[in-house]
Amino acid sequence: MPTSPATLTEARRLRDHFAAQGAVVVKADVLQPADLLLDLYGDDIRARAYLTADPLRGEMVLRPDFTVPVVQMHMETYADPARYTYSGKVFRKQETDETRANEYVQVGYEVFDGQNPAAADAEVFAVIAAGLAGLPLRAATGDIGVLMAAVRGLRTTEDRKAALLRHIWRPVRFRALLRRYGAGDVPPLRAALLAADDPFAAAGPEIGLRSQAEVAARIAALRADAAAAPLSSDETALIDAILGLRATSTDALSVLRDIAVDMPSIGSAVRRMEARLHAMAARGIDVDTLDFEGSYGRTSLEYYDGFVFGFYASERPELPPIATGGRYDALTARLGQGRAVPAVGGVIRPDLALEVGRC
Amino acid sequence: MLKLGVPSKGRLMEKTFDWFGARGVTLRKSGSEREYAGAVDGIEGLELVLLSAGEIPRELALGNIHLGVTGSDLVREKLVNWQGRVREMALMGFGGADLVIAVPQAWVDVDTLDDLDAAAAAFRAQHGFRLRIATKYHRLVREFLRDNGVADYQLIDSQGATEGTVKNETAEAIADITSTGETLRANGLKILSDGLIHASQATLFRGSRANWTAQQRKILTSLERALEL
Repeated sequence: MPTSPATLTEARRLRDHFAAQGAVVVKADVLQPADLLLDLYGDDIRARAYLTADPLRGEMVLRPDFTVPVVQMHMETYADPARYTYSGKVFRKQETDETRANEYVQVGYEVFDGQNPAAADAEVFAVIAAGLAGLPLRAATGDIGVLMAAVRGLRTTEDRKAALLRHIWRPVRFRALLRRYGAGDVPPLRAALLAADDPFAAAGPEIGLRSQAEVAARIAALRADAAAAPLSSDETALIDAILGLRATSTDALSVLRDIAVDMPSIGSAVRRMEARLHAMAARGIDVDTLDFEGSYGRTSLEYYDGFVFGFYASERPELPPIATGGRYDALTARLGQGRAVPAVGGVIRPDLALEVGRC
Repeated sequence: MLKLGVPSKGRLMEKTFDWFGARGVTLRKSGSEREYAGAVDGIEGLELVLLSAGEIPRELALGNIHLGVTGSDLVREKLVNWQGRVREMALMGFGGADLVIAVPQAWVDVDTLDDLDAAAAAFRAQHGFRLRIATKYHRLVREFLRDNGVADYQLIDSQGATEGTVKNETAEAIADITSTGETLRANGLKILSDGLIHASQATLFRGSRANWTAQQRKILTSLERALEL
């Protein structure tokens, strides 16, 4: 659908608002190489983005967002601090809900600032909130960094922690892993395999690229895992407490401080949250009423690994979020080949902001 | 006129003819054996259209045919939001086949999706690319793997002889239709114990009635009566 003049005007207003904070206006190609997205998200991205083949350049994608090209642009200069803004269409397949737009304008604000991450988090949230001032919106927030710190601090094997971290954005598999590590029971078929003198006795012909050595390596890993002590129920209960947390930000902070007493590994993530709430309050955000959810932002095809937020129309629950954002340090580390650049950003959909404003 | 789409050849066509015949509705090919034209006796105004089973979902959704017989797997694969676009009228009890995920029997460490996910992570670290699963059912397989939290795989398109792709080293695992599992076993593959994606069977579907005439609705009613639906 062509973008309406009103949406373009609103997009321009928002981009000017971001530029007034010192952000450099940047542009990005509509067609982006797909290899990076495939590398990050695997084939799941095919359900959400339009991929197409270029005879010379290989697989390309109609940009599903601006974050990756903006990060790549930033990697050419590594200016620190740096702020960017952009406005343009993004393209998303809608495989389940035909009423949702598959192309729409996003206006974004991205901050690369390694000096004071808590202040940068607060800045992005406050600048986005100011762009939406006056609209009947409800903000939701979360912090995936707390959950990741909790997993890293578990008293269990490095393999188990790596498996849990790999699935931190896939709640179903994450929970299944946590349950299995906690129960400490081995399924009968696997028990028989691990007990066998020759695990390959009944194996069929060796076909395909995955070699017998690779199978043997995994059996060794399974044996090591079976020998490891189960995850303590205290620790799984603390993870559950973090995931189930729903409170105002101020109350959530005090709950997380309590949890940190038993789980010191989340201490620095909780202190960072505290610093963020202070910085937000200093910018006029009422953190005593701001919602916090322990599992907010854990959807697949996202790359947030710290503070996350979204703005929703209070009276129109059927609408997608009007604005979303968060911290994506791991993405920049991946794109920078090890050279991490702390980054946080957010986007507003001007079409939805106008629609909510008309209600 | 109400158009009924039926697979144009093979056992699926014969079984469909038998199924309707047993309910007093005779479907037959008209003209020569090679011609894809059909006729119906027993229901006034019902027209038989013979076409490929794979095209029936799309033609139903477009409204080019009003009723169609095809595999429930094909409707789910080819029509996004299929429940909103076509309606199941009858499960016909034949053409049964399971869409399953199968891996080499030599993978003695892999029995479940959980194992497949772990093997895929290790495979990617070892080989530098995501574990390849050959299939022609891209959407069904991808949704199934996503819902079950399997990562680090990629789907490779295979429109035939999919069971051979592992031996040929163009894929590490497959997702394909099987009725007995015989071909899978013969190719050194085994089905994951929780790898059933969809149990498919021949199904009579109807498209949306929004643009139907009163006459077409009447034909449907008499067909439903004949079929005792």
